[in-house]
Amino acid sequence: MKLVGVTSCPTGIAHTYMAAEALEQAAKAAGHEMIVETQGSAGSDPIPQAVINAADAVVFAHDLEVVDRARFAGKPTIDVGVKKAISDGPGLIAQAVAAAEAFAANPQDAAARVSAAAPAGGGGLTSKVDSGASTATKIRQWLMTGVSYMIPFVAAGGILIAVSFMLAQVAGGEKGAIDVTKLYTLNPAVPTKLTILQNAFNPGNGMHWAALLFLIGAAAFGFLVPILSGFIAFGIADRPGIVPGIVGGFIAASMGAGFLGGIATGFLGGFAARWVSRWKVAKGVRGVMPVVVIPLLSTLITGGLFIVVLGRPIKALMDALTRGLNGMTGSSAIILGLILGAMMGFDLGGPVNKVAYTFATTGLAAAGTATDAPQLKIMAAVMAAGMVAPLAMALATTLRPQLFTEPERENGKAAWLLGASFISEGAIPFAAADPVRIVVSSVIGSSITGALAMGFGTTLRAPHGGIWVLPLIGGFLLFLVALAVGVVVTAGIVVALKQRDHSQAAQALRAAAV
Amino acid sequence: MSLITEAQVVLDLDAPDRHVATRTLASTLVADGRCTDLDLFLEDVRKREEQMATGLPGGIGIPHARSAAITTPSLVFGRSAGIDWGAEDGPATLIFLIAAPDGGGQEHLQILAKLARKLMRVDFRQALHDAPDATTVVDIVNREVVNA
Repeated sequence: MKLVGVTSCPTGIAHTYMAAEALEQAAKAAGHEMIVETQGSAGSDPIPQAVINAADAVVFAHDLEVVDRARFAGKPTIDVGVKKAISDGPGLIAQAVAAAEAFAANPQDAAARVSAAAPAGGGGLTSKVDSGASTATKIRQWLMTGVSYMIPFVAAGGILIAVSFMLAQVAGGEKGAIDVTKLYTLNPAVPTKLTILQNAFNPGNGMHWAALLFLIGAAAFGFLVPILSGFIAFGIADRPGIVPGIVGGFIAASMGAGFLGGIATGFLGGFAARWVSRWKVAKGVRGVMPVVVIPLLSTLITGGLFIVVLGRPIKALMDALTRGLNGMTGSSAIILGLILGAMMGFDLGGPVNKVAYTFATTGLAAAGTATDAPQLKIMAAVMAAGMVAPLAMALATTLRPQLFTEPERENGKAAWLLGASFISEGAIPFAAADPVRIVVSSVIGSSITGALAMGFGTTLRAPHGGIWVLPLIGGFLLFLVALAVGVVVTAGIVVALKQRDHSQAAQALRAAAV
Repeated sequence: MSLITEAQVVLDLDAPDRHVATRTLASTLVADGRCTDLDLFLEDVRKREEQMATGLPGGIGIPHARSAAITTPSLVFGRSAGIDWGAEDGPATLIFLIAAPDGGGQEHLQILAKLARKLMRVDFRQALHDAPDATTVVDIVNREVVNA
């Protein structure tokens, strides 16, 4: 048999080569030919495509994403972690040989399994969707794929818009922030009154700089819904999903159906693309499937269905949601802050936390240009709440180091910076070691912070950044107050709970020693 | 500078755990300038170790890291009665501390790649296991890895 493989490991200097050696030796011992591409630090000599094409099976033993995975598409593939190759090279070779034999005997059936396991070329794009996971998990992963590609657009756009408003207040006085959204354009065909910025740009005019930033930021924001939709579809159908997803998302945004519409078109586009790409077609057509047939038909289906059927009901839903948020009174805003805060503190970067976070970030697009839209308050509350857990752990380990183990104290030091940067995962080592106490205290403190932030009416247009975007937070002193309260509460509860445990254990030890 | 000299061979390595053992091995890199900041290097090794334990079946430990504190690719070899290195089948008796500079010239990284491959060979490991002194260890590595 002819076999090919790829190995890789995080540092790239040891396991990558050990795994390659193990596979090559094992293949040789079993009488097969094997060439392994080591994607480690000492560069990698790519296996010539002709050799890959002639191979009977592929073994990926890797801890990093396989670079240029598309070259190996369509072959029976064994996909494991790098350590497996080192500990059981012969076993993997045997599996590869068995897969090759099954494929040769029954190409139709095995091919379906193979193409599910090795997505044929995202051209470097990656999505973490496990083919074996449950439906609920897959839905979540598809959504998260869309969100993860959308967030950088939100970050770039949101921060630019926020800074432009700050500049506009300085350069244009009270009406500055409103003027900057209304008086400038990039479109040369727009009638008169508006200033066409690229023609009129005057470096000495502060408002022009503000307008520059605003127009760029608004341009970035224009992509939120299409990108969200496009990459949800990508998660579902890989490359074929991109066209119907992005186009569908643009249609949804044009119709005013917002991010709810984008989610709908993402799923529509993904499944339409998946369905069309699975059709059995004549050999001549197969060649133009990815370039012509799939994009054409899937986009037609997605756009058509959305415009004629789904679009208006979803827009109505979106409008109701927006009305609800806009009409939110003081006490219901605080309750919302409480709930979102609790979600942020509950699983520290896990699914519940991500839902709350996604709700906040997708809302930013809907906030438009109003400076105190409810969505901006929600974003501030969510970010503050997400910073509570890691900062509280850092505080607790600093105040009462003796209640924590050595590794926890080390993690505590890192948690200061992680928490300040809104990386909730900084608290995970603590939660792993002591789940109940940490989660309980985290939920209580984070929900208090969320409620306070909403109550104070702090606002934020950037989707991430922690203290690094402090200047962009509306009411940042109150934001810090809300944050500090939650951090102190959580740290206090953690210390109290651990203290009680500590002294109970110490008492037990004394009793036993006596 | 060569990959390994007699100074980087520690036969009869005795340590209560892998972190102390790694420190003992790493400290041999300081005197001839291979490591300019021992604590930074140990921190980098520890981070890698915590990502995933580097013990392997057959009594091998391969703590390793790329570090700004390392000036030239180096190997420190330690032989011990047995230190836990996270492998399922038991403690490590042969420990290879592999140190790579952060940027790393290609040809140097090739040598480390060759070393890693040799570690999978039973005869190479056996020879190191049986080597009577530091000079023999250096000879084996030079013959089998550097000049191979």
